[in-house]
Amino acid sequence: MKKLFFYLSAIAAVFAFGYSCSKNVEYRTQNAPALQPSKNDENAGNWKPVLLTAPDEFAVPAPGATGTPDYIAQINEMKSWQQNMSKADQQSVKYWSAGAVLRWNEILRELVAKFNLPPYQNPDGTYPVPNAANPLAYPYFPFANPPYAARAYAYVSAAQYDALIAAFHYKKLYNRKAPYAVDSSVKTLVPRSDLSSYPSEDAVVAGAASEMMKLLFPGSQDYINKKMEEHVHARMMAGVNVRSDIDAGLALGRAVAQKFIARGRTDRAGAAGGNAAMWKQLEDDCIARGETPWYSLETPKRPPMLPAFGKVKSLLLDSMTLISLRPGPPPSTNSELMGKEIKEIYDIVTKPTREQIAIVHHWADGVGTSTPPGHWNEIAAEDWIKEKYSEPRWARNMALLNIAMMDAAIVCWDTKYFYFNPRPSQMDKNIKTATGVPNFPAYISGHSTFSGAAATILGHILPSRANAYDAMATEASLSRMYGGIHYRSDCEKGLEVGINIGAKAVDRAKIDGAE
Amino acid sequence: MIKKYIPFFVLALSCCYNASGQTEMDAIMMNKKQMCIGPMYTYSSWDHYWEGKYKRNNQNLGKVSTQSFLLGANYGITDNLNVMVMAPYVWTKASAGTLRGMEGIQDISAFVKYRYIPFKKGNHKVSVFALGGVSAPLTDYVADFLPLSIGMGTTNVTGKLMADYQWKKITVTASAAYIWRSNVDIDRSSYYDTQLRLTNEVKMPDQMQYHIRAGYRGKYLLAEAVFTRMVTMGGNDITKNNMPSLNNRMNASIIGGQFKYHMPFHPNLALTGGVGYTVDGRNVGQTLSISGGIFYFFYFGKRQTPNS
Repeated sequence: MKKLFFYLSAIAAVFAFGYSCSKNVEYRTQNAPALQPSKNDENAGNWKPVLLTAPDEFAVPAPGATGTPDYIAQINEMKSWQQNMSKADQQSVKYWSAGAVLRWNEILRELVAKFNLPPYQNPDGTYPVPNAANPLAYPYFPFANPPYAARAYAYVSAAQYDALIAAFHYKKLYNRKAPYAVDSSVKTLVPRSDLSSYPSEDAVVAGAASEMMKLLFPGSQDYINKKMEEHVHARMMAGVNVRSDIDAGLALGRAVAQKFIARGRTDRAGAAGGNAAMWKQLEDDCIARGETPWYSLETPKRPPMLPAFGKVKSLLLDSMTLISLRPGPPPSTNSELMGKEIKEIYDIVTKPTREQIAIVHHWADGVGTSTPPGHWNEIAAEDWIKEKYSEPRWARNMALLNIAMMDAAIVCWDTKYFYFNPRPSQMDKNIKTATGVPNFPAYISGHSTFSGAAATILGHILPSRANAYDAMATEASLSRMYGGIHYRSDCEKGLEVGINIGAKAVDRAKIDGAE
Repeated sequence: MIKKYIPFFVLALSCCYNASGQTEMDAIMMNKKQMCIGPMYTYSSWDHYWEGKYKRNNQNLGKVSTQSFLLGANYGITDNLNVMVMAPYVWTKASAGTLRGMEGIQDISAFVKYRYIPFKKGNHKVSVFALGGVSAPLTDYVADFLPLSIGMGTTNVTGKLMADYQWKKITVTASAAYIWRSNVDIDRSSYYDTQLRLTNEVKMPDQMQYHIRAGYRGKYLLAEAVFTRMVTMGGNDITKNNMPSLNNRMNASIIGGQFKYHMPFHPNLALTGGVGYTVDGRNVGQTLSISGGIFYFFYFGKRQTPNS
């Protein structure tokens, strides 16, 4: 009997152990609360758009009256879905209720991480180039590296922002009541709002984001479509939009996205990869200046990443302003100062502390991640959930952040290829790195430029966090020295240039009508 | 007495790493009040690895090598109940590219091994064993830097059943183990595997380990051929030209041989050694490993033959 008791206890202990050691992980935004904006921003139709010439540049037809049989049929369609909701449907409603801009930003970061993989070499030691026309064949299109990603975040965010400005213009113009305000028997599963429901702001975001993302990630069209359908269906199941609200929103979002797509086709990003003659020219010019040129540290040697990205057109700044943001030269590769900077990096990487390595890895945002711009999107989004911004304010803030980081990419890449200076491990073979060496010139540090720009605009948007953002930017910048892949000049100058770029976004924020 | 579920990517797999004699991998027991203690050195390396199921090399890593130096001890509480403890110091290195290898104290592990002999007649003897073990990192080493991290960073709990048949001096041993692995906290704030994970906690799949060994078990010499199959119960493949990650589906089939030899002039002293080669794998390096160690046996009780 005593023995039996012992065995039963042992079995119970095993189950208790199994239970307490459950490995389920709760993701940080998985249970984000339903968005209930502290301010509706119903005048967002008057905010200054990025590309639209006017909020009514794309026509949205007047909605049908709420008393018509057609409208009543739409209400009944909504109600019938509500009666047959599966557990997955309920989860979908909850997931999307956290915010349209938030969720599409997360989806975008996911696609960037998925596609942020450098192509594997050909048998002859050359590298294949991803082809947008054939995205499902290897090498998959795109290679979502940091400049590509910075541009993708900017275009998707800006398109959502312009689309929401247009949507809020029409909301005010048509002032169609929400279904629950028309029919008191409509159940709502998410917070109600006294905003006009036509066109649906969620559908506008879904339309703009999905249309942009299908262009940027053509190999994931099915996935993007599925998310878009799930999103708008969730809003109807939630009882906040009828089908005509959704259809008008999707159409408007897609129309606005088309304007950004047309712009994207002419912003010179398509030619950013350059060609063999250009790569050779960069090297020759650097030698002619008496400097040691950058070489790829990969085997086989990989062509430099997007050497003409510095020529890409900004969504905010003209090309003269962009060039004026380029810093002066790095220390000459032959100089005593450069020797000191190389020595400093050698000393750091030879005896790194555990904390330094943690900093390197926390900010590395390398292969297979959402890139440094994606990391700053993550930081911003998770802070903004608490701020209860309206959808247009979410989109406006995301657009400011990501336009600034795209400008950081442009200026940084322009600087990198203007000076073409080598990485520490090229100058001293004994410098072994704590993270991968990026395949492009060192000066100025991309992470520092992105982070300076991001922290500056984020601190303007949320002043209570400004000091924290500055500290993060400094840490992100230093992480590249700790990792052994940048000199001090790269990092300090990069941060400074980034802050200047962020200041341009702050100037824009002050006049866009949202403050 | 060797650390067992060392990441294949990082180290050779257990059996190769694990030389013969009184370990959680074999059917040898310490007698009551007998203790052995000693160091073991292992060198393992690979220059090809499986990216998912695709076998390739990587000129930006060259040859990835791991050295480990461990101390282990095994004590016989009774003839049929042993406890063992071990912990290694590990170094990693890549021969090409710029990435810096890592080093440090890895995981401590402890096992309890219980034997029951249901059948013994003439030259025939059958033994069955139940083993339980735990292992956990001794330091805050960086796990999320495969293939150059020194360990996986998991806390493991292992349950194992083993059977051994002996005819005269010929033996066959087979075992199956379930290895529960804890999640791992990494320095990154999010990661992508099959989707974007907004957490620094990596969900780790559990593992199964199957092991067969057969050979000669004499008074002083023990020599066996070994085969190990390690299977990860979930996890994703490394995508093309991506970095490996902690929660990859790491599988491996390893063949090898091990020996232990007690010095006839002084049986308290034993040399052990082994080799192992990964013949097939998934998301692991094709490792060749060689190990050697010296163990010293103390007899607090009645003296008996070494390989009882």
